[in-house]
Amino acid sequence: MENNSLTVRGLNVKIEGEHILKNVNVSFPSRRITCIVGPSGCGKSTLLRCLNRLTETIDKVEISGSILIGGQDLIQARDAELLELRRRVGLVPQRPCPLPMSIFDNVAYGCRIHGMHRNKAEMAETVERYLTEVGLWDEVKDRLKKPAAHLSLGQQQRLCLARSLAVEPEFILADEATSALDPVSSKTVEDLFVRLKENYTIIMVTHTLRQALRIADNAVFLYMGEVIESGEASRVFRDPAEELTRNYLAGVFS
Amino acid sequence: MKLKYTEEKLMKVLMLLAVAVVLAAVLSIVWTICVRGIPALSADLVFKTPGKDWNTQADGGFLNAIAGSFWIVLPSTLIATCISIPVVFYITMYKRRSSALSYAARLAYDVLYGIPSIVYGAFAFMVMVMIGMRVSVLGGILVTTLLMVPMMVRSGDEIARGVPDDMVDASYSLGATKWETLKVVLRQVLPGMISAILLAVGRAIGDAAAVMFTAGFSDRTATSLSDPTATLPLAVFNWITMPDPFPDRAYAAAFVLTVIVLVLSLGSRWIAHVLTRHKL
Repeated sequence: MENNSLTVRGLNVKIEGEHILKNVNVSFPSRRITCIVGPSGCGKSTLLRCLNRLTETIDKVEISGSILIGGQDLIQARDAELLELRRRVGLVPQRPCPLPMSIFDNVAYGCRIHGMHRNKAEMAETVERYLTEVGLWDEVKDRLKKPAAHLSLGQQQRLCLARSLAVEPEFILADEATSALDPVSSKTVEDLFVRLKENYTIIMVTHTLRQALRIADNAVFLYMGEVIESGEASRVFRDPAEELTRNYLAGVFS
Repeated sequence: MKLKYTEEKLMKVLMLLAVAVVLAAVLSIVWTICVRGIPALSADLVFKTPGKDWNTQADGGFLNAIAGSFWIVLPSTLIATCISIPVVFYITMYKRRSSALSYAARLAYDVLYGIPSIVYGAFAFMVMVMIGMRVSVLGGILVTTLLMVPMMVRSGDEIARGVPDDMVDASYSLGATKWETLKVVLRQVLPGMISAILLAVGRAIGDAAAVMFTAGFSDRTATSLSDPTATLPLAVFNWITMPDPFPDRAYAAAFVLTVIVLVLSLGSRWIAHVLTRHKL
């Protein structure tokens, strides 16, 4: 698997004239978990969506700056290049959202659109591999043809993760991926992320500081669309250099 | 404290009353049509076209009107669907949320939706006179299409807007193109779209005003697009005020029309039920 880092340089995002992200410079080291933390409305989700160019599904958005994956600039990418870059960056949404098809097809979907497999056996193998990877295989192996919508929320979230993994991304973006889940499912998904960082670069947005403390290797503190502080999680959380970060961690504002 | 319980009870009674009014209206309509229509109905009426003594006694039936209704509504449905679905996808998917064009399109369809079918009929009639076209199946098809498009676009728009953004994002984030994403969305909206189409068919097939000036009326079965044709709703409209034996035939035709519409709306529910298996 390729091993590229992801670097954001001078990123500015305006949505309907409102300046959401202001000159963001940050890099996400590979094979580590980077948590983006900050108060509500500070631009965390927008930053995350930029990393997959999902921002452009919204009208009236202006983006400048660059997002480098390896040597390629995601912001400049067009057409086939963009689709390929999107494939390399998986997304796990806040609320699990299976596609309206069977469990099997959900995992197979991405592979199919990219023509990644030559025959059915190969496809079945891939589906099994990724469902196993997210610990869902034993729970669903007898009902692969059943609608994915019938799974529980926690199962759906793991299915979404398997779906993202199946297209062999290098990066996984997670937008508060555990916030809609019950404590047990939430723990399962969290443990999964920790395990996955051996092979993937994980970037997650979280509202739960405790979760960030538990699993983050790196941390980015975002406030009002600006990166206030970023670096090793242990340093940012235990010994923040900036007053704002200290206040946030102390719970002065949230 | 006690007042709010009384209030709730009062409101509940009012709501029940409203439901009762609706049910009573449906039942009395169905009752009238059944009581007057079923006795008047015969195999001849449904399966034969008017004979030569049709105007004075039982001779033949109104198969020409039944056929005429389908002649007009089936092509209209096809054309209207082919126009509406791309419109719906364009204004909801390619131009998500705000865009001047989708705003204008929505406004236009809302206005069109509100225009009474008699106005469509009169408008189409005027155009037909201008271009020297005679009342015909084709005229009926065109104006019925015009009537159905706004109905389909409006309900399709509502259905497509109900697609979760997360689902669209999920597809994009896997590297899908807009077109591939659209196919995913189609799976989600298909059941709703089919019901919407069948409901539009149900309304269009029962509309007399649209076809009154455009398709005309005839005792003969239309054999080409340029022939005038009878339709069920217009048959009801024409015959109900005519001397015997026509009023009975009007009720029989109304009964047939009601059965067709009922089958369509039950059918749409059934299809929606079967297809929603994978829906979120």
